[in-house]
This record gives sequence, structure tokens and C-alpha cells, in this order.
Amino acid sequence: MTPVLLWTDALIYLLLVIAIAFGLYAARHEHLRAPWRRVLRSRIGMATLIVLAGYASIAVLDSVHFRLKVDRPGGEPVYAPEVLSLFDLALSGLRERQEVTYSAPFATHLYVKEAVDLPGGGVTRAYPRLIHGGAHLADPAADRVGDILTRVLVGMLKGLLLWMAVVGALLWLSGRRRAESWRVTWAGWRSPGTEIPWTTALAVLGGLLVLGCVAGELAAEYHILGTDKVGEDVFYQTLKSVRTGLLIGTLTTLVMLPAAILLGIAAGYFRGWVDDLIQYLYTTLNSIPGVLLIAAAILMLQVYMSNHAESFSSLVERADLRLLFLCVILGVTSWTGLCRLLRGESLKLREADYVQASLALGVGHFTLITRHILPNVMHIVIITLVLDFSGLVLAEAVLSYVNIGVDPTMNSWGNMINSARLELARDPVVWWSLAAAFLFMFVLVLAANLFADVVRDAFDPRIRATR
Amino acid sequence: MTEPLLEVEGLTTQLGDEASPSRVVDGLDLQIASGETFALLGESGCGKSMTALSLMRLLPPGGRILSGGVRFAGTDLLRLTEAEMRRVRGGGMAMIFQEPQTSLNPVLTVGAQIAEAVRVHEGISQARIRERVVDLLRSVGISEPERRVEAYPHQLSGGMKQRVMIAMALAGDPRLLIADEPTTALDVTIQAQVLSLIKDLRRETGMAVLLITHDLGVVAETADRLAVMYAGQIVETAEVAEFFAGPAHPYSRKLMESLPSAEKRHGRLAMISGRVPTLDQAFQGCRFADRCDSVMPICRETVPEWHLLERGRRVRCHLWDTDVPPAFETSVDDESASGHSGVAAMSRDEAREPLLRAIDLKVHFPIHRGLFRRVVGQVKAVDGLSLDLHSGRTLALVGESGCGKTTAGKGILQLIRPTGGSVLYRDRDLVGLGHRKMRAYRKELQVIFQDPYASMNPRMLVGDVVGEGLQALGIEPSRAGRARRVAELLELVGMDPEAARRYPHEFSGGQRQRICIARALAVEPRLIVCDEPTSALDVSVQAQILNLLKDLQVRLGLSYLFITHNIAVVAYLAQEVAVMYLGRVVERGSVDEVLDDPRHPYTRALFSAVPSVAPGKRRAVIRLEGDMPSPSHPPQGCHFHPRCPLASSECARAYPPEIGLSDSHSARCFHLD
Repeated sequence: MTPVLLWTDALIYLLLVIAIAFGLYAARHEHLRAPWRRVLRSRIGMATLIVLAGYASIAVLDSVHFRLKVDRPGGEPVYAPEVLSLFDLALSGLRERQEVTYSAPFATHLYVKEAVDLPGGGVTRAYPRLIHGGAHLADPAADRVGDILTRVLVGMLKGLLLWMAVVGALLWLSGRRRAESWRVTWAGWRSPGTEIPWTTALAVLGGLLVLGCVAGELAAEYHILGTDKVGEDVFYQTLKSVRTGLLIGTLTTLVMLPAAILLGIAAGYFRGWVDDLIQYLYTTLNSIPGVLLIAAAILMLQVYMSNHAESFSSLVERADLRLLFLCVILGVTSWTGLCRLLRGESLKLREADYVQASLALGVGHFTLITRHILPNVMHIVIITLVLDFSGLVLAEAVLSYVNIGVDPTMNSWGNMINSARLELARDPVVWWSLAAAFLFMFVLVLAANLFADVVRDAFDPRIRATR
Repeated sequence: MTEPLLEVEGLTTQLGDEASPSRVVDGLDLQIASGETFALLGESGCGKSMTALSLMRLLPPGGRILSGGVRFAGTDLLRLTEAEMRRVRGGGMAMIFQEPQTSLNPVLTVGAQIAEAVRVHEGISQARIRERVVDLLRSVGISEPERRVEAYPHQLSGGMKQRVMIAMALAGDPRLLIADEPTTALDVTIQAQVLSLIKDLRRETGMAVLLITHDLGVVAETADRLAVMYAGQIVETAEVAEFFAGPAHPYSRKLMESLPSAEKRHGRLAMISGRVPTLDQAFQGCRFADRCDSVMPICRETVPEWHLLERGRRVRCHLWDTDVPPAFETSVDDESASGHSGVAAMSRDEAREPLLRAIDLKVHFPIHRGLFRRVVGQVKAVDGLSLDLHSGRTLALVGESGCGKTTAGKGILQLIRPTGGSVLYRDRDLVGLGHRKMRAYRKELQVIFQDPYASMNPRMLVGDVVGEGLQALGIEPSRAGRARRVAELLELVGMDPEAARRYPHEFSGGQRQRICIARALAVEPRLIVCDEPTSALDVSVQAQILNLLKDLQVRLGLSYLFITHNIAVVAYLAQEVAVMYLGRVVERGSVDEVLDDPRHPYTRALFSAVPSVAPGKRRAVIRLEGDMPSPSHPPQGCHFHPRCPLASSECARAYPPEIGLSDSHSARCFHLD
């Protein structure tokens, strides 16, 4: 196979590198480590962090793209036109088990009547059996419930085993580092009032693993969240949408961050005409309706893409560029809030005694900003990033709903909700697409919001002072 | 003494969670009689405010009273329900706080806020409430009370706000007024007004006052009796006159000795080594033992009991275990006396050429209004300041808050761009130099700020903080060389070189101020602008810093421009004084001339308002009416004439010229004789 590096993939890798580098740097600096330690010591912080990590690992797996080699005896290697990700490979079963059209979750028959050839000749209209969903059952009506229950049990068992393996590995690692028996470590983790809430962490991890294994076990034979109009598995679609959601939430901030930090601090620090200019810029930008700007930009991009179709080698690449463009344009419209906050804080910090003392020592402007101002506004940046994340995920859904979001061929919660518009209008109602998108988005946004609360509490110096 | 109004026995208050509780008040006993002023004296963190909050049962979350009894006018306050307690608060006991700026609600008129207090405590009709509010405002000495009722807090000055707070406290006719550092946030002239107001009110209404303060001068001038608190306990109670004649406890003694004053200027101030112990530990023996000069083995083993001395005076110290009263030697050493003469010799040599001259320095801040940000006015923070500072000497720039002394310091250092005038450093004008050209002089001129907590970047190691100048000016480009130099500097200011590897928040206020001094000294300056370097510190710590500054001056031949409002510090440290009022120097001269014979009416009023601990030295307070005018609209003519007791029509016409009284002494007033 040959790797394919999409633009967004590259940016995700960049983000990972930055995050890891920052983590390593912070680990050596007490004042950076302390607030994150406070996050880890909070139960909610720990639980939501694990949930978010689950989402993030899906997104990262889904960001390693390549083309498979097509088996052909002799001759030079030929690669399939389809761009796949590691995640697609792992879920190739789900991806390939297509039905004809709608089917309900756990159904064994289609949701719509079709003309079926009777064995003795003639045609009748009935609900045909699904090609894949529950195909292994001889008598679906009688066996289905029992089969589902067995699979749930098996899934739970697998999940528990996996969980125990993970806990065992963690115990072994931690025990080796502190040179004590795993029993001591285990007792330490379980005793109340530990610094890091191990019980919460392990319980959430166990819950996730069990849920995942049960879902995997069931999804092997059923469409656990049904299928959509063209018979694609909705569970697969929702999982694929995770990457889109996370990308919008993180890449947008990555795009807007340099502008917001640079301009915000410059305005607050230099004041005078620099401040006037930057204020004028963001006030103007802020008064353009964001949705209109995004619509205009996306429509322009669409026109460009259809005029230059030859410059994109695959549909995925095209959709990817549109996603990136969406991130950029969302970033352009959303940096003003952070910029304003940073300007205010820099105005205040500029008058702080230690900045004045540095000026008196003849420290240059650039050094002064990077040494004194930037580290002291970093908490605002981090709090804003985490708080903005959930808003951006929701914004993607809304934009895709009005057709100015990501490419229609791309899996995203917004597109799922968009298609649900018609599904909810038909009778009988097809509710699972909407429900699945809602469920996954809800869990992500809830976890992100709770996490943001914990992060804000940990970083906000005023809240810390009152404790 | 009759039945006391307030009787506290064994009050113990605990703060913090169960895991690490700190006993902020530990077994406190005190009695206050009706009509007396009782002062609770102590340094920060000794539990004085917590005592007051315990009495009012207003402890912060996590605080609880563990044991003890509080009897107020015959009722046990600790047994009252919350509803009953609310009637006592305000009605029986009222409290005023340190910070009048934050104690008033900014969106309500002061009349409405006082009316609220009146309504709670007196069931009088709506119509009479306004009358009562006006009466209250009049009784706290606010002029035109009918008009002020409608004023919002931001329209009033700090002193007026504190008066309003007192009026609110008086609304319920309290029998005990608890004043928690009521004048700490105010200027001396305003402080004198508020203190005399409290005195008058006490005389008129017969209420008792519990005055909580760290200022020995305030206690000496206002209180009848006092108690000295240390680490959650009272260590001495006495009548004020006797206490100041000779404190009994070693801690009280040290506190008195560490006060700077003119008489101590040729020696060092007494210092209390170490710091106040944290209160989350179990104490064995005397709490002061570790810092006490007269410590005996018994002090570390047994908790000292109360010793009753003559006339209700009590002290908690083992020194009084024997019948013979202990003899204390005064611990002012003369080690630096020789050094001082060295300063004098040096200054004689270089006296002719001033190191730094400010000539007619002006710093104006434009006021912008409207869409196009037109300049509609100027805040004339510094408006024509002239001063000379000679090498190796200390010039004190004295004035109340808002007179522009800090701005003047920053203007001299070119941290704020002056609007006009010139600053000559060795005959080279610094005004108008760009950021780059100014760097050549940064090495020579340094600064130390008031708030040691705000003057270090909390995210930098102490070593990096101190080494910042070495790096920025390229004095020590190598990391190793810098580390060596930083260690030397830390040692120079009396800190452990190990401190370089720690963060600023791990140090106490005094230690941080030492680090700030080390940072300034790093580039080997000739002149340091000290902007109130000790006003955020406790008396005993202030003594350490002042001693350090004095030693450094002798050793390194530094010049200080010492900006302060504390006259006692001026007398102790400075050789020359310049008094500022509203952006201009009104009087300047050598320290003896100005302090002993102030000629400008403002200088006289300012010095007379300073509370003094020495009973003989008290002058009659010259009360100044009103507050300092706003620097955006200074009065016509002499800036001081609207408040001046000597003002004549001439004063309103023109600003008086500088009139020389001797070679060094001059003042700007038409009425100097």
C-alpha cells in the first residue's frame, strides 16, 4: 500500500507534535504542570479526559490514510483509487456490509416493502431479509433476542478481559516505577482520598471498553444503529464523523491562534496606533455576519473546485480541502474574541511591576513579550481553546445542515442531521440517523464542556485563590 | 472597672479543612469596658481580623469557633441563633472594614445604603428615614449631607467613603464599634480626620471601640488600652501610656525598637529574625521562642502562663517568672556608625555635582473622548517637578497618594515618557531618548517597587528574575557566569543562594523584596528609585529592608530616590527631603531642616497628622479640610490654597515662586513667615 498524506492529516500530526512537545516542556516546569495536575486530580476532569481520549484515538486512527495495492498477478503494482484509513481497515466489515436501503437498528428485514419473487412464481410486496444484518439466523423472529443477549454477554466478557489486561499492564508499569508489588499499588489506588482519582479513571475506562466490545460483538452481525437510505451502516458513519467533528474543533483553533495571540498581545503591549489599528480590524471583522462570510467563502471554493476538477486526484482529497477551508474560514471569524481578551490582559500586564522592572533593566520588547506577557496570558488561551471546542463542533453541525459545511460526500454529524430532515418527514419515521448523530455529538460536547469547566477552574488564578 | 461590655474567654477559632487545620485564634481572652477604646495590635497573619470576625460570627467558609465564650452585654453570643445574632450585628456591635472602596456597592447611592442599615435596625417610617440618614452623614462630618445623600460611591473620595461606612455602622446605635484597620488604606491627613472622628463619636455616644491595627502610632494616639497579638494569641495587655513607656513582652519591645525614627538614624533598626510561625502546627512552649533574643531553655518546653503585673497589666512570658523584673538591653548596635560617616565624607566630595537633576519635569496624561478620541484635557500627574540628587545620598520624595510621586519616579526612569522638562543624569538629558539609546543608561538607574508580590513574574525562577538584567544588558552572557553572579547577589541581600532554584511564591513579602533589591543591584546601578519599598511590609520586616538598604548604600555608594508617604522612614533613611503636592515640589531641603522646621503650610499639616508613639513629641494636629483636588483640574494659583489655613487672595492668583530659606532649604509659598 502507499500512504496518502491529506492536508488535514498533516495538520493533525503537527498538532500532536505540538501537544507532545508542550507536554514534555510542561513536565519540567512546575508552574505549567501544577494546573494540569489539578485537572487530573478532579474526578470529572479524569473521567471526561478518558472519554475525550477515546474520541481522539478514533480520530487519529482515521487520519492515517493510504491506498491499498490491488492484487494483480505480474506487472507493476497498481493501487486502488479508494483512499482508506487505518480505521476503515479495522471496520472493513462494517464498511462493506451494505444493504439495499433503510433498515432499523438490530433489524433482520428491510424497513421498506419491496417486490419479492415468490418461490412458486409470482411477485408479492413484503419486507425482504437483509443481506447482512442478522443473516446468520435461521428463524429471526424466534432466535434474534436470544442471539443478541448472548452476544452482549460475550462482548461484556471480552470487554472485562480487555479491561483487566489494561489494568494489569498499568499496575505492572506503575509498580515497576515505584519498585513495589502490584498488590501495594492496587491497594493504594483503591484507598479513598488518593491524589489521582484512580477508581474513577479505571471505572470509566472499564465502561468504555465494555461498551466498545459489546458494540463490536453486535456489529459483527447486526446494524446496531440501522442503515441509511443507500443501505450504509449508520454506526460506521457516526464513527467516521468523529474525525470531522474533532478536526473542526481543533484545527480551527490552531488556525486562529497565531493571529489572536500576536495581534492581541501587540495591541495591548504597544498601545497607541498599533492598538487602534488592531481594534479597528477586529471590530470591523466582528460586524460582518459570520454565517454569510462562511457561505460566501465556501461557495467560492465550490466554484473553484468544479472548475479545476482535474487538480484533485480523488474525492477524498477534494472533500479534505473543503474541510480545511472550512476550518480556516471559521478561524478567521472566531479569533476576535480571544484577541480581545488577550488585549485586555496585556494592557493590564504591561503595567505590572515586573514588566516595568524588566523595562528598567533594558530588556527588549520581543524578549519581554515572550518572557513576561505570553506565559502570563497562556491560561486564558487554554481556557478559551477548551471552551471554544464544543461550540465549534456544534457549529459544524449547523453549517452542514444549511449546506455550507463540509463536503456532502464526507461523513459528518452535520450531514447526517441534514439528511435526517427528509427521513423525519417520511412515514414511518426513520429516526436512527438523527439519534445516532445526536448521541455521539452529545457525549463529545458534554465531555468537552465538563472538561472545559475543570480546566477553567484549574487555570483561573482567582478561583484558585479562594480555595 | 465595672462589668465589662465585651468579655471573651478562651476563644479558639480554626480555619481550613480537617486535614490541615490552622488555629488562627488560640485561647484568646479580652475584656472591653463601655466607652473605652481597646486596640488589638499585631502584624499581618497574627489573627487580629479573625478575632473580629469570630466576635461577629462572620467567619469565612471553613472557619469555625471550637471553644470559648463571648459575652456581650450579658448575652452569650455563641449561643444565639443566627436570627438573633443578626440583631446583634449592627445593633449591638458594628464593624467597619479596611477597604472603603470595596465595602460600598457602586450602583447604589450612599443614601440608599445607609437607609438600608437604618431600616434594618430602627422601625421608623419611610419619611423619617431620609432625615435620619442626613443626620448620620452630618454626624460623621460630611459637609452638605442633603446633597451627598444622592451621591454614588465613585463620586466620593476614600476618606469620605470611610466616613460613609462609619455612618452605616452608626445606624443601629451600636454599643461596640469594631474597626478593622480603618485607616490603613488612607493617607495620613485623611487618617487624622477619620481617627479624630472616631474619637469624637466615642465621646458623644459613649460606645466602646475595638480598634484593630498594625500601626503603633495609631494605637498610641487613639486607644486607652491595648493587647498585642502574636501567632493567634495575646502576649501582652496593658494601658497604652504604660505600654509605650516600656513594653513588657520581648516581642512588643522588638516591635517598638524596629520602628524607624529620626533618633535611630545613626544606627541600625532592631530586627526580629525569622518569620511568624504558621498556625497549622501544634506549639510546644512559647510561640515567640524561635525569634526571641532573651530565649531560655524553659521557653521551648513550657507554655508561658499569664503574669499579672501592676494595674491590670498582663504579660505572657517566662522572663517574668521571677519576681525581679527583667532588664532589657537596648539592642541598637553602632556597627554601622563608622559607615555612616563614610557616607558623609563621600557626599562632601561629590556634593557640588548632582548625580541626577530633574528640571521642570512634566508628565501629563491626555484624556481622550468621543469617536475620534480627541484630547479634551490633561491629567497633570507631574507638573513641573525639580529636584537634585547627589551621589551616595538619599532623597526622599514625600507626598500623599495621588500627588504624582510614583509617576515622577517612572518619569525619571523614562518608564513613562515625560511630556516636558528634562532629566539630567550626569549632565546628559534622558528625556526623549529612544528605547535603544536609553539602554545605555538602564545599567545606571534601577527601580524597586512597592508590592513585592506583583513585582516578580510568578512563572520565572528566582535565579532568572535576578539574572534578567545581566542577560538583557549583556553583562554576563554565559549561563554559568550568570548563575555565579546571581548567587553572589542573593548572598549580598541576605538570602540563601539556593533560592535561585525556587519560584517567587515560595517566599514571604520581606524575602521577595530582598530578591527585588538583588535584581536591581545585579546591573550595578548608581541610583535606585525606591517606590515605597516597605509600605506593603510589616514593621519588623520593614526594619530588615531599611537596614539592608542602608548597608548597601554604605558598601556600594548608591544613591536612592526614596518615594514614600511614611515620614518616620524618611527621618531614618534620608538626607534630603522633597515634599510633593499635586504634581509639584512645595518644599525641599535637608532632612533636619524640613522635618524639624517645616515652613510650607502643607508640610506642616502633613507632619502634624503623622501619629507618633512618643508621647512628648506629639504636635497639635493641623486639620486639613477636604481632599486633594483632582490633577486634571488643579486649582488656580497655588494648588494648596483651597485647603490652606493661611490662604489669602494673592494665593489664588499665581503659583508662588521658590523662595530660598537657606542654602539647601526652600519652599513655594507666599506666607513663609
